[in-house]
Amino acid sequence: MRREKIRALAPLEQPRSDQELRVRQLRARDLLRGDLEDEELQKHVEESVLATRLEKALNWGRANAMFPATFGLACCAIEMMSIVSPRYDIARFGAEAMRASPRQADFLILSGRVSIKMAPVVRRLYDQMLEPKWVISMGACSSSGGMFANYAVVQGADKFMPVDIHVPGCPPRPEALLYGFNKLQRMILGHPDPGWRSRYNAAGTEEWAREEAITTGGVDEYREARRVAKGAPPPPPDAGAA
Amino acid sequence: MPDAPGLELIAGELNDAHPGSVLETYHDRGQACLIVDPGQVLAVLGWLRDTSGQEYWFLASLHAADYLPAEPRFGVHYELLNMARVERLRVRAALDDPGGDDLPELDSCVDMFPTAEFQEREAYDFFGIVFRGHPDLRRILMPEEYVGWPQRRDFPVGGEPVIFTHNEREVPRWYE
Amino acid sequence: MKTPEAQAEGKVFGAGAEEAAGSGVRHGTAPAPGRDRVAHTEATVIGTSPIERTTVAEPGSDPAAPGREAEEAAGSGSELMTINLGPHHPATHGVLRLLVSLEGEIVRDLKPIVGYVHTGIEKSCEDKSYWKVIPFVERMDYVSYYFQMEAFCGAVERLIGLEIPERAKYLRVIHLELNRIHSHLVWLGTSALDVGAMSMFFYCFRERDRVLDLFEMSSGQRMHTRYFQIGGVFEDIPVGFAEKVRAFCAEMPSRIDQYEALLTRNEIFLRRTKGIGVVPRERLLDLGVTGPLLRAAGEPWDLRKAEPYLSYADHEFRIPVGTIGDGWDRYRVRVQEMRESVRIIEQALEGLPEGPWIADDRKYVLPPRNELSTSMESLIHHFKLVTEGFRVAPGEVYNAIEGPRGELGCFVVADGSAKPARVHFRDSSFVNLQVLRDMCMDEYVADLIQNLAMLDPILGGIDR
Repeated sequence: MRREKIRALAPLEQPRSDQELRVRQLRARDLLRGDLEDEELQKHVEESVLATRLEKALNWGRANAMFPATFGLACCAIEMMSIVSPRYDIARFGAEAMRASPRQADFLILSGRVSIKMAPVVRRLYDQMLEPKWVISMGACSSSGGMFANYAVVQGADKFMPVDIHVPGCPPRPEALLYGFNKLQRMILGHPDPGWRSRYNAAGTEEWAREEAITTGGVDEYREARRVAKGAPPPPPDAGAA
Repeated sequence: MPDAPGLELIAGELNDAHPGSVLETYHDRGQACLIVDPGQVLAVLGWLRDTSGQEYWFLASLHAADYLPAEPRFGVHYELLNMARVERLRVRAALDDPGGDDLPELDSCVDMFPTAEFQEREAYDFFGIVFRGHPDLRRILMPEEYVGWPQRRDFPVGGEPVIFTHNEREVPRWYE
Repeated sequence: MKTPEAQAEGKVFGAGAEEAAGSGVRHGTAPAPGRDRVAHTEATVIGTSPIERTTVAEPGSDPAAPGREAEEAAGSGSELMTINLGPHHPATHGVLRLLVSLEGEIVRDLKPIVGYVHTGIEKSCEDKSYWKVIPFVERMDYVSYYFQMEAFCGAVERLIGLEIPERAKYLRVIHLELNRIHSHLVWLGTSALDVGAMSMFFYCFRERDRVLDLFEMSSGQRMHTRYFQIGGVFEDIPVGFAEKVRAFCAEMPSRIDQYEALLTRNEIFLRRTKGIGVVPRERLLDLGVTGPLLRAAGEPWDLRKAEPYLSYADHEFRIPVGTIGDGWDRYRVRVQEMRESVRIIEQALEGLPEGPWIADDRKYVLPPRNELSTSMESLIHHFKLVTEGFRVAPGEVYNAIEGPRGELGCFVVADGSAKPARVHFRDSSFVNLQVLRDMCMDEYVADLIQNLAMLDPILGGIDR
């Protein structure tokens, strides 16, 4: 039962069931024999080569050569500057090219408290970034408002933009930020770290911020999906044996 | 800091030069403060700056405070500094709250002390104190179209309730 | 009173100022005479070898000069283009927005727009008991956090009339001066980065990490340590701290020599900073500017000497003073201040007295934990202090200290309850920002970046 839930989160190239695996094996055998026809061949190539190898290669390239867009707002910015410094070297992960322009940046390190005057500016900059883009919310203030529960600070950047990694701390040590960055890299490579959910058997409890839910009003279908996730009936028997 | 008798002397001379300007003096914890009538605050500052023997020509800080239950409600503080003798003197203009939609008004001292420009804007932004004669009185730290005077005592601190397990079912989430 | 040591040393800031003032480098009236002149500075900053002298060209002699006369002579119209140096910019040292009106490449008007990191700290402080305010005010000017703690704790100690023990004073001074070095290192690294000298950034942050190691040793946190408490410091320094600080102080002067070797005689740096951003001393005083900016212009005003607080009266140190206050003078003054801070730390370590590190008054200071299990009164005091906090009799006080950017003042109004009624910080960056317009007027926009860097604004302090 538990393996099925984890498989459901697994990236695309893993077969979702034993039957699928068997089908793939047969197709590979036919390919080697020269028996696969055009459509089958194309489908096989897409699945096994493009979807897996090329995507893996792309993700590997993306993860190891990220350009951070530095969004130094407050105190966390100073600690973010120090990950470029020689002691906590982010260059060993390939991300030392801090790009000020959002058009040239891959991910946004939102470091510091987001005030209500700055929030629209941050959102506009995030929108100006090109896909694929990620966001690390560094520090307590941008993750949840931090210690400033008042009129002037937005209580968490994920109120107005999707955030991938939250790094706690006030300010987080540079090592903590690098750890968060490593987690982001693993997420890009295709094996996101479930974190505490793996230890507490809570695999289906994630809340994803979906763009559609915010903008086009897919709230009803999101609620439906959540209801199903919370009290779902057991998956049908052909989804796979343990 | 001028000591207590020195402060009384200054207050006496000020009242001679500009009658009715000094309402009270206050010497507490080693600091000297003159509480002045807001209509004459420019005269007081000018006297303190220009009179030989006083020469408080450096305005270290201009800030306001809301003493809400107490009357008069607002106090605009001018922290003056005499660099030659290293003496600080605080001048407090005691402003009343006119009530309703009106804002308390005071004359701007930007011509005398150009450093007051940003600081008066900050007092306006946070307390709604209008400085007559200020070249560019608009909000400085809050967004331009913000409504409300945040630092007044009757303005709420704001923020949102923190979600704990005991209130997670009552507090509405962003998707609700 | 004004640094008799400096006058005794024969530093010629007086003579140099007259000469420089007479040479026509006056802002807003005579235009800066051209890009290629390197101004005549007699910045006899303490302890350094003589600086090259170069001559100032006569105003108007260089036709390629920026300035109103030259432009009018060329017959160009005044078509102003307003651009926005937006809150997100690699060179604005935080989220400072500048509306710059340009005529060609010359700045004709400049309006700073701030508030993009306004956190409502002063309002939040009114809601917290006095010792809970300390972590809040630390985060205002986020590279000089100990200074905010000192301004606030000093103000509250004045309000309650609490004397702090000698050891606490010395420990506070050690940490304050270490923080001053830290602030100047961050400034130097980022300013050099703005001007284009990228390797300075790495050198300065190497040292900065050593300072943060010392902070971590004494308080457990690199930044925002909450080390100063009302009554003294939170905890005594651990074993080995003094040796580590001494080792740091022994090495630091040679590191500063390395920084100077990179920049001080660097032709590019000289041409970028000499003569740029000069504002006359009287104008600086009118605008309320304090700190290294004022000292670079020749005014030897430092609150550590003028109104000694903590243990500064016991230490022997000098105030570096510049001459005309251009970018180069500001750089020299701050670098020299780092050297002087090292001297202060060494002296404070030598003279560090034994004794308690926090005041004894249990009404305001938490009792040591080992007493809680034996003494009922300590338990009650601890309980009252932690739950409600101590009450302060009504009154108001303004406490000013010398921060790395100038006068940092804390104004606290107490109304008799356990929470302050008003906490206001007179932040030096906020007041210093007003001089940016004067510094950049009628100069090239590239010099604007350099002026902003030399101004050393920290937006957390500006916006609070």
